[in-house]
Formats: sequence, structure tokens, C-alpha cells
Amino acid sequence: MRVSLLEFNINGIYCPQADTYIDAWRPVDRVIISHGHADHSKYGHKKYLTHHFNVPIVKHRLGKVNIEGKSWGERFTINGVHFSLHPAGHVIGSSQVKIEYKGEVWVYSGDYKRENDGISTPFELVKCHTFITECTFGIPAFSWKNQNEVMEEINQFWNECKLLNQTAIVFAYSLGKAQRLIANLNLDIGKIYTHAAVENLNEVIRTYKNLPETYKITRETKKEELLGNLVIAPPSTHGSSWLKKMVPYVTSSASGWMTFRGARRRRAIDRGFVLSDHVDWKDLVKTIRETEAENIVCTHGYKEIFSKYLNEIGYNAFIENTPFEENELLVEND
Amino acid sequence: MIDFASLIEQTDKTTKTNQKVKALDDFFKHASDKDKVWAIALFSSRRPKRAIKTSSLRGFAAELANIPLWLFEESYHIVGDLAETIALIVPETHHKNLSLKLTLSDIIEEIIDLKNLSEQDQKKYLFDRWSSLNYYSRFVFNKLITGGFRIGVSQRLMTKSLANVTGIDKDIIAYQIMGDWKPSEISFKDLILSPKKESLIYKPYPFYLAHAIDVKLENLGDCSHWIYENKWDGIRAQLIKRSNEVMLWSRGGELISSQFPEIIEMGNMIENGTVIDGEILPFNNGNIGSFNDLQKRLGRKNVTKKTVNNNPTILKAYDLLEHNHSDIRIKSYANRREALNKLVLDVNHPNLDISDFHEIKNWEDVVTAHSLARSKNSEGLMIKNKNAVYKVGRKKGDWWKWKVDPLTIDAVLTYAMRGHGRRANLFTDYTFGLWRIKNDEKKELVTFAKAYSGLTDKEFKKVDAFIKKNTLERFGPVRSVQPQLVFEIAFEGIAPSSRHKSGFAVRFPRILRWRIDKSINEANSINDLENLLHV
Ligand SMILES: [Zn+2]
Repeated sequence: MRVSLLEFNINGIYCPQADTYIDAWRPVDRVIISHGHADHSKYGHKKYLTHHFNVPIVKHRLGKVNIEGKSWGERFTINGVHFSLHPAGHVIGSSQVKIEYKGEVWVYSGDYKRENDGISTPFELVKCHTFITECTFGIPAFSWKNQNEVMEEINQFWNECKLLNQTAIVFAYSLGKAQRLIANLNLDIGKIYTHAAVENLNEVIRTYKNLPETYKITRETKKEELLGNLVIAPPSTHGSSWLKKMVPYVTSSASGWMTFRGARRRRAIDRGFVLSDHVDWKDLVKTIRETEAENIVCTHGYKEIFSKYLNEIGYNAFIENTPFEENELLVEND
Repeated sequence: MIDFASLIEQTDKTTKTNQKVKALDDFFKHASDKDKVWAIALFSSRRPKRAIKTSSLRGFAAELANIPLWLFEESYHIVGDLAETIALIVPETHHKNLSLKLTLSDIIEEIIDLKNLSEQDQKKYLFDRWSSLNYYSRFVFNKLITGGFRIGVSQRLMTKSLANVTGIDKDIIAYQIMGDWKPSEISFKDLILSPKKESLIYKPYPFYLAHAIDVKLENLGDCSHWIYENKWDGIRAQLIKRSNEVMLWSRGGELISSQFPEIIEMGNMIENGTVIDGEILPFNNGNIGSFNDLQKRLGRKNVTKKTVNNNPTILKAYDLLEHNHSDIRIKSYANRREALNKLVLDVNHPNLDISDFHEIKNWEDVVTAHSLARSKNSEGLMIKNKNAVYKVGRKKGDWWKWKVDPLTIDAVLTYAMRGHGRRANLFTDYTFGLWRIKNDEKKELVTFAKAYSGLTDKEFKKVDAFIKKNTLERFGPVRSVQPQLVFEIAFEGIAPSSRHKSGFAVRFPRILRWRIDKSINEANSINDLENLLHV
């Protein structure tokens, strides 16, 4: 009987031949972690394998764990199965996992995007027979502008706030989006202040990657010094008392969900910028074509719709459920 | 077109009223008179007639985007707005600027002419426009075609901006844009700057709307300055008699004369130069009926004698706005009411009644009256200041509404459907059932209401997870769900209805809270619902 190279079980994405998991959601003996977002790097595994850039992030989040770093493309073999990590371009240290056994190649994409964001190692295309893809934004309504254009919009927003002597606040996920903004915004306009959750990650990342200077907001920070400057804070601070000391401020959000006109209004945010760390529709379709895979496993997002479409255009597409999406829509951690 | 689209973009970008008004000011300062009139029309819900079937639009958009129609439909379901979906889905092309020189009125004229084109030519036209407009222009263009131009600019903001730009008082502008006028036939001068006298005879006044009471009664001051009356759930309307013509206008700005011939007939008995503000109410055998009875009269183009006899209506007069050809809105409410009283007595017609009017000796009387309101089929009380002038729009201070507490019942979640937009992956639209005992003594759940608001994001997420794990059957976007969760549902009113499975129609149902403490056997029954009829 032929066993599938990877299967989805109650613990996670499992490779029976190597007795190894990928992004397991329940405690297991050995796991390969695609990236540092909370729903992909869970606590309680005995042994973690991940890219070098993700090691400090996982340690920062989970404390003392048994973890080993790998380089891009470095091959490691477990019971005859060859594994290697390849850049996914999603956030710093995010990887796709390539699994090869007796000539059959599978790739698990993790979360990914194609555009070079200036901080994550750019996405590398890996050809395979079976491609396990996320499809967070897997409907044709999503189409990203290039990063420069969006950064220009945010710079302009910042300038407007500065002119009115207000504090510009951008809600962005602490790992990934925050550093992407810091690396790309125009620091001639002013200083970037950060929420502690963001700054702690900045400090971790600065140990191996250059990142412009940012200023942590502490109890001592005076609201006057924030005026005209930009604050990056996790979305969860929206509506919290933490924001109060920044009055007068203008709020904004940088997220793929800001595509919808109603999204900003529903969240009571002043401005929305469409900036995502996931692939949009056209890059999703393009990536699948370029992997030359025949079998596509869709997880995470609009998987029913997307797999139906793939089947129509000639792929062998399936869906698998993961707990990743449970949080996705409400915390908007893209 | 580009300036109008950027106006929409500017107002979309901000939640702040003064910035929206500033964007409107900029537009009204620079737009041509023709474009101004069209913008006023659009912001006051006067859109061009739909010239093309939405099914054609959807098909064309899918074709241009090179995706199957079902994928377009799925995306539409998620985005939740057709104009927005099309604008997002059709590919960006680079021969932009082509349509930039076209003005708003040019585009609208093209859209009006669309109906005369063959389907092939319609398609060619749309492909052309979609490919040559930028995102916001494309979105606005689609909105013009699909109608329902509800965009973050209220009529109030537009009125304010027109007042800023023209220097004319905003209440006068509000009045001038009321009534029935055609944007393609009227100039900016005739509409706003110096309207002709004849055009004014058709215009109703802007309605004065009450605020929900948010202060303690005692804090309203001396109770002898106030009165209360019952608040009715019908159709708020103005009856106008001028130059021997009688017109009935709804609050939504629609002429509804033809739907209520018995009220028009009564209007003939009134003197010229009169405007009454009141409520159209179902009135059967001397009793005020429910909104459900009135629904039988709405939406009917041809109202026959039989319809009138079976579901008769009256106008319950609240206020008098024009008397002996003069606008008396600036007189005190007490004064207007006195004149109204005399008028209703003089007309002495069965289809005209005056609203009750109660002096207030102490505030407890009002509390008592409020507790009795539901038994009178009224939806609460209105508390009005005797010295108040008749204002424009929803204003705090002199008119307060105090609605009766909603009725509530515990019901079981039975079906669920996905929400829109950000919630598109969550099941947030629910159907609820109540128990009915069948002949064989067994119980079944009967659908009684749908609701999709009232839970927090956290609760929606939990209920969604439950639905995904407990789906019984799928019917397109709808799933039947294992009956297990109980919710307390609130609603404003109830009436018998043969069109509803449960036998009752409820008004404005919404979720009050999730009754985690209750099992489905503790949910209420249709009998319990029926008992609420008599509360
Ligand atoms: Zn992620």
C-alpha cells in the first residue's frame, strides 16, 4: 500500500515516512516550523527545526525550546526523506518546506507572497509534484498594488497628520508587517514609535538584520513628542486605553482586508491601506502554474472556492482543514 | 467624472464630518452646473433608471476578467456589493485617462442611453469604460449603473455643503431639494439659486425627526412645558393641498398619493395652502392595526376599491406646517397644534384623525403612559416641547421618542448563512425556530425569524465554529444546523401573518444575547409567541 508523503491528521501536517510534522498544532516529537506567526509555531513540541532567521523569533515567543536552525536550501534527511527550507517571502525567516522521497517532491508553502518586501528573503520558486498552498486571498477580488505605491500612500498620510500636528497610527501585525513598514517608510518625515510588542520583536530581528531606528513607547513617553510622528501598534490595541495618551491621533490599518470599502468603516478606522504579506489572486494562480505541480492542496482561506476553480482549469485540487484560519479573519494577521 | 469619483474617494477616506463637507465644498465650487445638479440628485437618492440588467453586467464582468461566472458570483457574495465587485475584478489596463475628460453628466447621459443599445453594443461600451477608468471612477461608474447610490455622503452633509458654497440657508436648501424634480430637466439656478414659485407648490417640507431619549425625564425641566402623545408605527407622511392639488409624500421623499386614494379624497376637503405632518395608519373597524396590515397596501400600483375596503387607512395628524398659504414652522408647537385641532374639527372626515395630546402634570404620568403604550398598539411615546419650532432633520432637544421595550423570546438556531465582506468566511446570518407541538404530541421547530446582528465578534466566531462542526445539510450558501444553541431574540412588534410559517410576522428581530445557560428544550414555543400578541 502506498502511503501519502504528507497527510493532515489531528496533530498537524504529518510525514509518516520521516515521522515528522510541519507546523503541528498539537504537541509532537519533531516539528518543522514554517514561520513565527503564533498559529504556525505552537508551544510544547520536543524538537523544533526552522530557518536560522526564525530561531530567535521562536525563542522569543516560546522561551526555552529545543530548536535547530537550518540555512536556505540546506538538505537534511530523516529516514530517507529529504527536507529543505526555501524562502516564502511572507515575513522574515518564513520558509516553504520541500519534502522529497524516492523522486517524489512535495512543497508546503506556509504563508507566502511574491513581492520582495525589502526585509524578508524573497520568495523562491520550487518545482514540485504536489503543492500545498495557502489561499487566504484566493478570490479574484484581491489584487495588490506594488509596495512602493502603497508606501507612498502611507507616507502621504503621515505627512498629512504631521501638517495637522496629529499622531499617525498604523495598526500592523507585530511580526512581519511592522518591520516591513519600518524598512520602507520615509523616515525623513519623522520618527517611528512602536508598541512594546512590536519593539521587542524589532530588537530580536536587529541581532541579525539591519532595521532603521525606532522608539519604544513607554510610560515616560510624552504625547507631545509623538505629534507628527508615526506609531506602529498591533491591531489589538485599537480601542484600548493605551491609545488614549496619543490624542490627537488618526488611526489606520495596513492589511489585505482593507480591499473592501466596508472593512475600514466596520472596524471604525480612519484610513485603510491595502498591504498584505500573502499572495493575491493573480500571484496565487501564477505560483501554482510555475511550480508545475499537478496536485494542489488548498488550505487556509477561500479554499473551497479556489480548489473548485483549480479543478476546472485542469488541476487535481483538494482541500484540507487546518486550524490556522480560525483566527485569521478576526485578528486579521496577514 | 474624475472629480466626482475623487469626491467619493475623499469622503470614503475619512470618518470625519468636516472633512467630508470640505471635499463636497471643493466639488461644488468647481463642478459645472449640470454636474452639480446630478450630484445633488445622486446624494438625494434620485438615480437614473437602471438601463441594463444586472445579470448582463455580471456576465460581462466575468468575461472581461476571464473567470467563470460562478467564480464571479462567489466573489460578489463575499464582497457584498456588485459595483465594488466589478471594480475590483476587472483587470487594470494601462490605456487609462481615455475617459478622464468625460464629465459626470456625460457619463450619466451615456448610461441612460444604454437601454437603446443591443446587448453586443452594451458589452462593448462597458468593456471600454471599465478598461479606461481608474479604480474609483470605475466603482462610481458601476454605482451609477446599478443604482442604490448609498455612499458615505448623507443628504444632510450635502445640504450643509451647498449652503457653504451658495450662502443660502441650509434649511431653505433642504426644502428646495425635496419633492419631484428631474435632474435632466432642471438647471442649478432653478433648483437651488432662484427656484420658480410654481415649482415650489409641489414640495413637501423636510421632516423633523425625534431623537431617542437619552436623558432622565426629570432633567427635561418643568413638565408643564411638555406634552406627550403616542408614537405610531405606520408611514410618516405629509399631506399637501395647494392650488387645488392634493399630494401625499412619504418621509423617504416618495409621492405615494396613488397608494392611498381615501386619504387623497379626504385631502380635497381641506383648504388650499395647507400642509399636515402625520402618520398613515391601518384602521380597521375603529382599531389601529399593525404595520403588517399596512404592508398589504404598500407596493401596490393599482389600489382598487376592494383593497381600500379590506384594509382601510387613516391619516393621524401630528402637526401643521403650512396654514392659510404660509409656512408656520417657526411658530411654537402649541400654536401649530391649536390650529391643527381646529382644522381637523372643521374637516370632520373619517380618514383624518388627530394624534392624542396629553398635558404633563408630573413625570410619573409619562412613565405610566409608556407602560400602557403597547396595549394601545402604539410603539411608544413622543415627548414634545410646547415652545418648539418645527426643525429640519433629526435634532436633539425638543422632540424625544421613548420606544416601548422590545418583546423577547428564546429561540433555537436552525439555519445559518455566510456573512458579507470581512465576515464572509463566517456564518453570521441566522434563522431561528420555536417549538410547535404536532398532532402526535411530538415537538418540531418552526422558523419564526432571521437575524444577523447582536453578537460580538468573539461570539460570532464561536457560533461559526459550532456551525461548521454541526452542519446537517447544505443548500447553496445555507446550512441547516444541529439544533443545540439557544438565543434570546428581541423584536419591536408582532402581528398574525399567513405568509410566515410560524403564522406571525415580527418586526425588526435581532439577537439580544446567547443563552448559554439554556438547553433547546427550554426554548419558547409558537404558543408563547402568540401570547405576546396580547401583551
Ligand atoms: Zn503568517
